[in-house]
Amino acid sequence: MDKLYQKATKLRKLVLQMIHQAGSGHPGGSLSAVDIITVLYFYEMRIDSKNPNWENRDRFVLSKGHACPALYAALAEKGFFPKKDLFSLRKINSRLQGHPDMLTTPGVEMSTGSLGQGFSAAIGMALAGKYIGKNFRVYVLLGDGELDEGEVWEGAMCASHYELDNLVAIIDYNGLQSDNYNTKTMNFEPLVEKWKAFNWYTLEIDGHNIPQIVNAFNRAKRLKRKPTVIVAHTVKGKGVSFMEDNPKWHGSLAPDDEQLKIALDELDGKELITNE
Amino acid sequence: MNKKMSLREAFGKALVKIGRNRKDFVVFDADVAGGTGTYHFRDTFPERFFQFGIAEQNMFAAAAGFSTLGITPIVTTYAVFASMRAIEQVRNSIAYPKLNVKIVASHPGLDTGPDGATHQAVEDLAIYRAIPNMVVISPADPVEVEKATEAILDYPGPVYMRTGRSPVPIIFDENYKFEIGRANTILEGEDVSLFATGIMLHRALEVAQYLRKYGIYCEVVNISTLKPLDKETIIRSAIKTKAVITMEDHNVIGGLAGAISEVLSYYEPTLMRTIGIKDCFGESGEPNDLAKKYHLDRDSIIKIVEETVAIKNKFMRGRKWKDLKIKYPSLLAQVEE
Ligand SMILES: Cc1ncc(C[n+]2csc(CCOP(=O)(O)OP(=O)(O)O)c2C)c(N)n1
Ligand SMILES: [Mg+2]
Repeated sequence: MDKLYQKATKLRKLVLQMIHQAGSGHPGGSLSAVDIITVLYFYEMRIDSKNPNWENRDRFVLSKGHACPALYAALAEKGFFPKKDLFSLRKINSRLQGHPDMLTTPGVEMSTGSLGQGFSAAIGMALAGKYIGKNFRVYVLLGDGELDEGEVWEGAMCASHYELDNLVAIIDYNGLQSDNYNTKTMNFEPLVEKWKAFNWYTLEIDGHNIPQIVNAFNRAKRLKRKPTVIVAHTVKGKGVSFMEDNPKWHGSLAPDDEQLKIALDELDGKELITNE
Repeated sequence: MNKKMSLREAFGKALVKIGRNRKDFVVFDADVAGGTGTYHFRDTFPERFFQFGIAEQNMFAAAAGFSTLGITPIVTTYAVFASMRAIEQVRNSIAYPKLNVKIVASHPGLDTGPDGATHQAVEDLAIYRAIPNMVVISPADPVEVEKATEAILDYPGPVYMRTGRSPVPIIFDENYKFEIGRANTILEGEDVSLFATGIMLHRALEVAQYLRKYGIYCEVVNISTLKPLDKETIIRSAIKTKAVITMEDHNVIGGLAGAISEVLSYYEPTLMRTIGIKDCFGESGEPNDLAKKYHLDRDSIIKIVEETVAIKNKFMRGRKWKDLKIKYPSLLAQVEE
């Protein structure tokens, strides 16, 4: 568990440095998703960076595609591509696009960025997995604001209709969307009840508590004949005091030199991660 | 040209026939299997048929994910929904990552008939043509539908194909060859090129045959792939006839007329007229009555062919548009529209 916490801290630092270098991006939603992504890539999923197209690999779809710095950091840490590439994020001729592009970035399973669509794509993968009789699992991470999209609820109906117990959706419930709090933008509560009504298993956890995340994934594996949704309570901008729960840090913006230094200090007081 | 069958029916039957020999595809439907012809496939291969309910956005993006497992989803619905309700899913989740998804839509154009404007897609070809990585196909008859269905399954990438709702004559026989990106010259002629797509091809042929008796020789070219366009065949024909007419059951903006203008204005500026829906919505009615009212029928086509050939032969050479305007005011009014 300590290892996973250390990994998460490392990913947070990478995320901040990447966005700093890029000069734009979505720090808040990347940081709130880091712990979930850490557990997926360094504990839960059966994947092989040496063989990214391995047929039986588990699949992860980042439906809230704007949080891709967190995904890219995990993929680089996992060895899907050299870590120095992280610092080309959002630049011309880069393999790291501003939103995930499955054709240019090894390890990215689906091109996302238009909210709602990654969720459906993950449903399609889970459905195809059942159809061809493979037992890989599909994980999809959604933002809470993303739940405003009607497509999400079309998909919610579809996944339970097809009894996709190989599918796990995680909601990064950070309470904020682009402009403001969810409750001020478009209230979706009662949320857990909604998923229940759509015939999903529901688990509710602290999305920054690594043992809770691990347990939720383990539980989900034992739940049959329905998909599982994990409602993960998170803090937008988690780990950096001036970003936490502050709508300003949704995006698209980057910490300046001074802010980056403060942020990295807060995370573990250590220096920048260099390009090697 | 006696037997008739709708292109959607032809598509449904082709799916079953092809489905017996190849297991590498499945069919997705959004509760319109009766309308798109896919009910044939559903009833024959229920385990390869996926019902998504009336939820097109989820269906299209799910097809993207499904295709990553190596089985090709053929996603079917009406052209209005395939080209507008879920177009952003198509654009971002299918076309951008170049995924192997085939989109086959029925109910295009005024051919859709009594359901009226809400169900008559007059803009699907324009919309799909503008999306990078998309192949856009509009077959002309039941035989071509079957051949095209097989061809798009062999092609690795996103494709949009239009079928049709009302019965149309069978033009081709089993020896007809369909190739993505190739336009077929069905009839040779020197006076004017008729570039037709979809169900307009049989009307073009009918008119061409009729006018032969009066000494007007139309060249009829079947443009069943709108993208990628067979530039060479189009340019050769334009060089030969020096007058072209595009024919489509679709808005004259952005569809076949747009595609041909883009090519000819660049390589071979040519006198050109367009037959199609003149930037308006349709209405309820039988397809033949609608064709008449919206000038897609035989008589309207004959008139335009005669006018075009007349302009080409008598007035274009050495004359200025200004002079033409005085002699043929009505004609020019149309040209300037
Ligand atoms: C279909 C669509 N509409 C709008 C946007 C612009 N957008 C990007 S992020 C975002 C807010 C997302 O909020 P949430 O899902 O809560 O993400 P998080 O808080 O985790 O960053 C919006 C509106 C988009 N990417 N896609
Ligand atoms: Mg949020």
